[in-house]
Order: sequence, then structure tokens, then C-alpha cells
Amino acid sequence: MTPEEIANILKGKFGDKIVGVNFQTVHPHVWVAADAWHDVAMFLRHDSRLRFDLLRCISSVDMLEAKEMVAVYDLISCDGVPGSRELWKSRHGMCVKIKVSRDKPHIRSVADIWPTADWHEREAYDLMGIVFDGHPDSVEDAEGRHPRRILCPDDWAGHALRKDYIFPMEYHGIPAVTEYEQTRPTH
Amino acid sequence: MTETVLESRPDINANLSADAIRQQDMPTEEMLVNMGPQHPATHGVLRIVLRTDGEMVLEAVPHIGYLHRCAEKIGESLAPFQFIPYTDRMDYLAGMNNNLAYALTIEKLTGLEVSKRAQYIRVLFAELNRIASHLVMFGTYGLDMGAFTPFLYAFREREWILDMFESTCGARLTYSYITIGGVTDDLPDGFLDRCAEFCDYFEPKIDEYNDLLSFNHIFVKRTANVGIVSAEDAIRWGLTGPCLRASGVRWDLRKVQPDTSYEEFEFDIPIGEGLKGTVGDSWDRYFVRMQEMKQSVRIIRQAIAKLRDTLGDVLNKKGKLVKLPEDDVYYEIENPRGQLGFYVQGNGSQVPARVKARGPSFCNLSITNHVCRNCLLADIPAIVGSIDVVLGEVDR
Repeated sequence: MTPEEIANILKGKFGDKIVGVNFQTVHPHVWVAADAWHDVAMFLRHDSRLRFDLLRCISSVDMLEAKEMVAVYDLISCDGVPGSRELWKSRHGMCVKIKVSRDKPHIRSVADIWPTADWHEREAYDLMGIVFDGHPDSVEDAEGRHPRRILCPDDWAGHALRKDYIFPMEYHGIPAVTEYEQTRPTH
Repeated sequence: MTETVLESRPDINANLSADAIRQQDMPTEEMLVNMGPQHPATHGVLRIVLRTDGEMVLEAVPHIGYLHRCAEKIGESLAPFQFIPYTDRMDYLAGMNNNLAYALTIEKLTGLEVSKRAQYIRVLFAELNRIASHLVMFGTYGLDMGAFTPFLYAFREREWILDMFESTCGARLTYSYITIGGVTDDLPDGFLDRCAEFCDYFEPKIDEYNDLLSFNHIFVKRTANVGIVSAEDAIRWGLTGPCLRASGVRWDLRKVQPDTSYEEFEFDIPIGEGLKGTVGDSWDRYFVRMQEMKQSVRIIRQAIAKLRDTLGDVLNKKGKLVKLPEDDVYYEIENPRGQLGFYVQGNGSQVPARVKARGPSFCNLSITNHVCRNCLLADIPAIVGSIDVVLGEVDR
């Protein structure tokens, strides 16, 4: 199926929850409203026409000027019979993007649909600060309930890949960056 | 029963019931065992917290991040060709493949063309590196299971490959040879002959190693029927590469989504068939790699033949100055460990706005807790070793 056909199926089912499409790109994608994402994901996974069984990656993007955060889900549908001599094929691929506000970046977790999302979502929280509600490995602290950090230590402050992140000068007495490095714009 | 127990254990209260006495006699208590970060069987700085009950593992929670170097942040402050040397520090056992993944992503985004000769050289080096990477897995996995000798043989063969890499680009581990727009330099004189010599030497050795380790009775006993992953679970958990194929899924990006002229090469995709146990066990994950090395030799032979008749430029000079459009791309290739993907977003300048790497080891490792539940403590190295993670890529 082409991305256009997939988008039409989604539009027919979810209407205005599909807030935009873009096919004039090397990476055709569909924009989905954040509040409908879990339902859309469930549909993408279980609908017999779509059946996206492999979640390849969750990327997160910080749009500082637009005051927005974007989560990018790349999905693929595998076609084949386990253990057979036949080569498996990709039925179709698809990308879903979700935009949330930078002040309150909350997206519903899909780790119950694709367990591989568990670590991807933890990473997106750790480095970008997108909070995935209902994540199976969540902790509660001053910032509210959020997925447990994965790459940085649990007591790390801030999210390192945000465009306005300022690197700390020390961590538990371990020197990190100097004042010069802290103020020098590197991105 | 109570009387006999009491005779040997005068410390037990005689008024207790038989069940309670048995409880006191054999107390089972949950214990947390910290495996790593400096544990030889974790192949790097991986820490697994095991909740054990006697010999049983009830839960195995991996803790990662000890090698986190913020590679993605570095990628967002450098032009693509400057970021190439950082990519081979991710999966340091497969530097060529990592270079290739990033180069292909940028070429896909910018529409940059790569000459046929450069594509064949890329295939040749990607497959040589696949063999080198699988050899390390073969050697160290034997080491984990208590077989020291295969490790020495594996490193002897790998040395030959590294020498060939060194003669081409000067580096033995972090090559940065495959770059945006092609490869940095043409092959040195006599390279193809040495490469053909290596294929003739190496191919029969694989059977020898199968006799030495793969079908060794102790090795089979340690790995077969251990850590079984079903095909459905493997896809749900995002497993890719040999770990996915071992579960009986004949899925390989070199066939599914051929790039770099892979569609012109003939090779098979080996899958796990449960030869010694169940489909998807640790032995299958190991043996798929042994079979893949044979297929890689096949591809290398074809690449040599093609390179002998294809001459021309190997580097598109526009690659260094390429401007990234205001668009994004996600692209994956088949690494020795699975699908390595890069998500790159351009903003009209030379430096990308966002670089995200999807490491195959990262996703493959996330299934650990699911697989290691209710297995024996001694099976943990067998399972973690068969997933074959490189922590440089898990943490990036």
C-alpha cells in the first residue's frame, strides 16, 4: 500500500484526528493529534489491512522557535510465515508524527502495543523530555510521573538534547564543562 | 518426617507444623545480584540487576548508559562528513557498516549520487566487516561458555581482515573510509588478490570452527533450548538482524530494501531452524551468524569479480559541501547486529538540526528482561552473549 492509501484509511476511520499529511518528501508522513494517538496506534497495529507489527524507531525533535516537540514513529509491516523457506517482505512502511507543546509535552505511551517502544520512550524522555503517560516503567518525582531515565543517571537535571539545554559545570563534584564551553553556542 | 528433621535440627521449634519446619529448613529468599558493569560476560559496561531465588532468575533488569557520549548532540553540531568518524565509535566492531548507514541516510536526504565502483567497494567492505564482527562474537561467545581456543582462531582470521582495512585506509578499528558520496580513496594495488586469497583460506575454516565449537557437546548443552525467543516476540520487541532471523523470520534489509547495489548479488538468508533445540534459542542465534559468514564470503567473491571490470571515480566531491534540505529522513541498513537506522532532519544549512541513531544492540538488549525471566543464573551469560550487544552502540 502506498502512504496515500494508508492515510486515506486513517482519515476514514479517525476523521479530523489526522491533522495533516505530507507525501512530497523522501520521508512521507502523517500527522496525528496527540490525544488520539493510542487509538490510532491500536488501529495501525491490529487492522487487517495495515498490521504494522514492527516499530522501528521513535525519534524526538525539539522545535525551539515553534515552541513545539515532535515525536516521530517509523513503522513497518512485515509479511511472511515464521520458519518458512520464503523470504519475508515488507508490505508497507509508514511514518507517524505527533506534535505537542514544548511546555507540556505529554503523549500516551504505546509500550503496551509495541513492547519495543518501552526503551525508545524512556530514551525520548531522558534526552528530550517528552513525557509518555502510562509508561510501564514510570517513576514519580517533583516533575510528576514520567518514564524512568535510561542513558543519564536518575538524578540528572534537564534533558540534554533540548536546544536550550545548558550543560552543567559539575555533577556530584565531577567537573564537566567550563564556563567558556557553557556559554559558547555549539548548535 | 517431622521427627527425622528434628533430630538433625535441634534449633527448630518442635511445636511447628511440618510445612513450617520445611520452610525453616530450606529458606528461600530473594536476593538482588549485581552483574556488571565490569563483568567479563557482559562484553562491555553493561549492568544487569538480577533478582534471584536460589539459582533461579526472577527478573533481570539491564541498566545502561555507562558509555553515553551524546553522539547525537555531536551530530547536531557538525556537518555530515565531520560526523562520520563519530559513527564508527558507536558500534566499534563494525565501523564500516556504521559509516555506510550514515552516509546512505545523508545521500538519501540530499539525493547525492554514488558511482558504481564506490558502491561495489562499499559492499565489499561492509561484508568483510560483517565477517570480522561475527568472528568476535564467535570467539567471545565461546569464551563465555568456557572454550578458550576458538577465541584465538577467531582473532587470527580477524587480523587478516584488519590488515586489509589498514592497507586501504590506515585504520584498524575506526575507519571513516566509507563517507558521504562514496569512499575516501580507491583500493590499493593488489587488494583484490589478497581479498580473494582470504576468501579461499577462510571459507573452509568456517566448517572447521563448526566442528570445533558449534557442534561441541558441552557448548550445545549450554546454549540449546536456552533463552528461546518466538518469532512473534522477536518482532514485537523490535529485534532485528541475526537475533530476529534465529527466531525463524527470513527478514534481511539487504533483500527487503536493497541499497548499494545489493540487488545485484546472489546470497541466501540463513534462519534458525532449531537444529539442536528449539527455534529461537541461543544456539540458533549463534549458528545463524556462522552461516552468515559463509554468505558474506559469497558476496565478497562476487564483489571482487565486479570490481575487476568496473573502473572509475570512487568519490563524489559534492559530498563534503552538501547542504541538507528542510526535510527529514529515516533510513536503515542491515548491520552485523541488526538494523542500524539514522533519523536526520535538515534545516537548509550544512549542519543537521537533529540526528538520531537507532542502534540494533539497543533494541535487541531491551528484550533481556523478557527472556531471562525464570531461567538459571548460569544461563544469563549464554543469553546475553547470544544477543551480541556492543555497548558503544547501546549507549551511543
